[in-house]
Amino acid sequence: MAQSFPEDVLEHVFSFLNYDKDRNAVSLVCKSWYEIERLCRRRIFIGNCYAVSPEIVIRRFPDVRAVELKGKPHFADFNLVPEGWGGYVYPWIVSLARAYPWLEEIKLKRMVVTDESLELISKSFKNFKVLVLLSCEGFTTDGLASIAANCRNLRELDLGESEVEDLSGHWLSHFPDNCTSLVSLNISCLGSEVSFCALERLVARCPNLKTLRLNRAVPLEKLPNLLCRAPQLVELGTGAYSAEIQSDIFSNLAEAFLGCKQLKGLSGFWDVVPAYLPAMYSVCSRITSLNLSYATAQNPELVHFVSQCSNLQRLWVLDYIEDAGLEALAASCKDLHELRVFPSDPFDAEANVSLTEQGLVAVSEGCPKLQSVLYFCRQMSNAALVAIARSRPNMIRFRLCIIEPRAPDYLTLEPLDTGFGAIVENCKELRRLSMSGLLTDRVFEYIGTHAKKLEMLSIAFAGDSDLGLHHVLSGCESLRKLEIRDCPFGDKALLANATKLETMRSLWMSSCSVSFGACKLLGQKMPRLNVEVINERGPPDSGPESCPVEKLYVYRTIAGPRVDMPGFVWTMDEQVSSSLSRVTERRGD
Amino acid sequence: MDKIPDKLSSSSEKNEVLNLEETELRLGLPGSEFSDKKAGNGFSLFGKDLKDETNNGFSQNPLKNIFSGAKRGFSDAIDGSNKWGLCINGGSEVDLGKNDVLFSPRGGGNVGVKNTNILQSCQPTTPQPVEGKKIEHGSTTPASKAQVVGWPPIRSFRKNTLATNLSRNNDVTGNSGPGCLYVKVSMDGAPYLRKVDLKTYCSYADLSSALEKMFSCFTIGQYASHGLRGKEELSECHLMDLLDRSEYVLTYEDKDGDWMLVGDVPWEMFTDSCKRLRIMKGSEASGLAPRVIEKCKGQN
Repeated sequence: MAQSFPEDVLEHVFSFLNYDKDRNAVSLVCKSWYEIERLCRRRIFIGNCYAVSPEIVIRRFPDVRAVELKGKPHFADFNLVPEGWGGYVYPWIVSLARAYPWLEEIKLKRMVVTDESLELISKSFKNFKVLVLLSCEGFTTDGLASIAANCRNLRELDLGESEVEDLSGHWLSHFPDNCTSLVSLNISCLGSEVSFCALERLVARCPNLKTLRLNRAVPLEKLPNLLCRAPQLVELGTGAYSAEIQSDIFSNLAEAFLGCKQLKGLSGFWDVVPAYLPAMYSVCSRITSLNLSYATAQNPELVHFVSQCSNLQRLWVLDYIEDAGLEALAASCKDLHELRVFPSDPFDAEANVSLTEQGLVAVSEGCPKLQSVLYFCRQMSNAALVAIARSRPNMIRFRLCIIEPRAPDYLTLEPLDTGFGAIVENCKELRRLSMSGLLTDRVFEYIGTHAKKLEMLSIAFAGDSDLGLHHVLSGCESLRKLEIRDCPFGDKALLANATKLETMRSLWMSSCSVSFGACKLLGQKMPRLNVEVINERGPPDSGPESCPVEKLYVYRTIAGPRVDMPGFVWTMDEQVSSSLSRVTERRGD
Repeated sequence: MDKIPDKLSSSSEKNEVLNLEETELRLGLPGSEFSDKKAGNGFSLFGKDLKDETNNGFSQNPLKNIFSGAKRGFSDAIDGSNKWGLCINGGSEVDLGKNDVLFSPRGGGNVGVKNTNILQSCQPTTPQPVEGKKIEHGSTTPASKAQVVGWPPIRSFRKNTLATNLSRNNDVTGNSGPGCLYVKVSMDGAPYLRKVDLKTYCSYADLSSALEKMFSCFTIGQYASHGLRGKEELSECHLMDLLDRSEYVLTYEDKDGDWMLVGDVPWEMFTDSCKRLRIMKGSEASGLAPRVIEKCKGQN
């Protein structure tokens, strides 16, 4: 039956499938569909660069134009993964350069990218268009110079929040004069000043530039120069938003913003001087995305500005907005989908602002489309969480960080099990959850019972026993990523649910109670998992088998154990674990 | 399963219920809770205090204890400076630079600190020989707190931006500065760099021990090539001594971009101006203080 359609017809049909899930489903129908599909797949996404090798990818998909790779585990963002752990992109670039001369897009997240890699990219792919480096590190502005100089058709250069060694700002001048193709440029993570003239000329000659995110070093007085040359901008990230208070600066700015009729997104705002916020009032009503999370403005200027943006869909802001500001937000921004509130002074035990659970409750009750929340605060109650759950059954991402670990319900001093239980029970579409506060095994029972669509779960300083982990691993059917720190979870739950780990992308456990012996056993029994032990203080076998490992990272893979591990990472596979135990026996432990 | 009390109970109570003694999150003298279970080798590479305190004798592998048993020099001011280094029992990575509290970032609630013998001395740098004593930590400022690594979960980019904001807003006095200060540490000849948070240390001695832990695997070879001179010598060794005898020098890059020798200025001044650290080969240190060169010459 499948043969009744000529291949090129099928290929044409498949070209409408953009989601990996759909393409993967199609390739399982029959051998000929598998063959046709693999030849025409153009985009691949690899959520864990160690789950597969470049050779395997290239063998299956011979003509790929866009590759997306992720490296380090998510907790690397919070310094829990030691430097030198891995995630090197260079071997991938070497293989991709050989196999895909027509590659156009590379997107990397949490990977180590060297100048060598960037240079290789810039010279290997003649039609290279898109480079996105999110939370990457290992490269300098010299690498960026190669990209600028050699990629003739570059459309997108996004440095995310990468750690770049800033040797100089001259790299930007390497864009040749005939480069007019830029659509998106994000250099907000760079510390040093880029040549403003070069930037101005670049912006002026790229008529399709839609996204421009500047770095802090670009002064506010010069912003109008850029805006006038790019009135078609859709997303703008300002540089430092501060200047001496002068009326001509203000009026230039206001006039420039008046000309930006397409502007929908604003970010940047470092060192914000609130007096200059009104310069943007003309664009506020069109703004759908606003990132004020680096803006240290306080109320009333802050809330006044935010309330002007009646069509706001996404707001990232510091806790200077306070409960009062969030109540105003709830009243004026009925289209809000996503709210992130970051702490202005996270390391101070005392609250410096009046931001409590009330703000979040207000927004949950007032904004019917709210589906994604990241909220840092210092107190929470079960009552508030229940109210949020009841108001927002459409919640998809809920990440709550109560700054003090193990903080109980501040009203009743009970654990927050009931509150989070209400969240998972009412929000049936919940895909991502991060919890904090005082939590017992009971909350995990609720999660295992109700959170059937949960894909990613982050747990810290929670639970009482292995039962907690067992509930999660046995109950959460859609779970893909689980990251745990400082919880009393040990061997039993892990070993009892070993096969579950093959259905997930990865599991991270640090400062828990998983023993070295259990890791060895898991590694031996599950050959399709890489069980990696991270022990910075010494080899895991220098103690008894019952000694807990410092950190554990388990992920499914078809590429076998990796070969680029630093001295403090050990893979528990059959060979390694038996050789380690031989050493232990010899020493007479 | 029995209902576990919901409130924050002390770790030892919990352990009775859950029988997790071995993996108890406790701050105790390293090895003390294990000494009755096993003699001989300690758990860690740096088991100097285990050896000294429990008289279990040296590890069979001298290289493993290359930095062990320092009885004089900087690290004595800390007595078992290794903080968590010797307690491989599932403890959280608590940076105890300023406080001895285990879980809570606040000053109060000494949960799990019942058997504390080793505490950070926050006295400044002058080395004092301290023989395995309990050091009550003294001079912490009220604003200081134990900082748990990676908590609250905020990305480095944001933390560094916050740090810059706070330092710009701060008055002249007061140490209520940013919460962390990560700097890169490189060692000539090592294949990769490390990062340390200078805010978690309160003295050069602190920093020294942390660095010795991080880089021991690279320096072992170097030291060995100078010849091991027996157990007494091993017991004297630690990074500063190692650096004295070997060809390495600890240097840092300051705000002006100059490479300076570590140890000349008061600790606070150092953390304020240090941008990165480098464990430099002595042969390259010729631009630094004359005494460094003398040290290098004196070895050969």
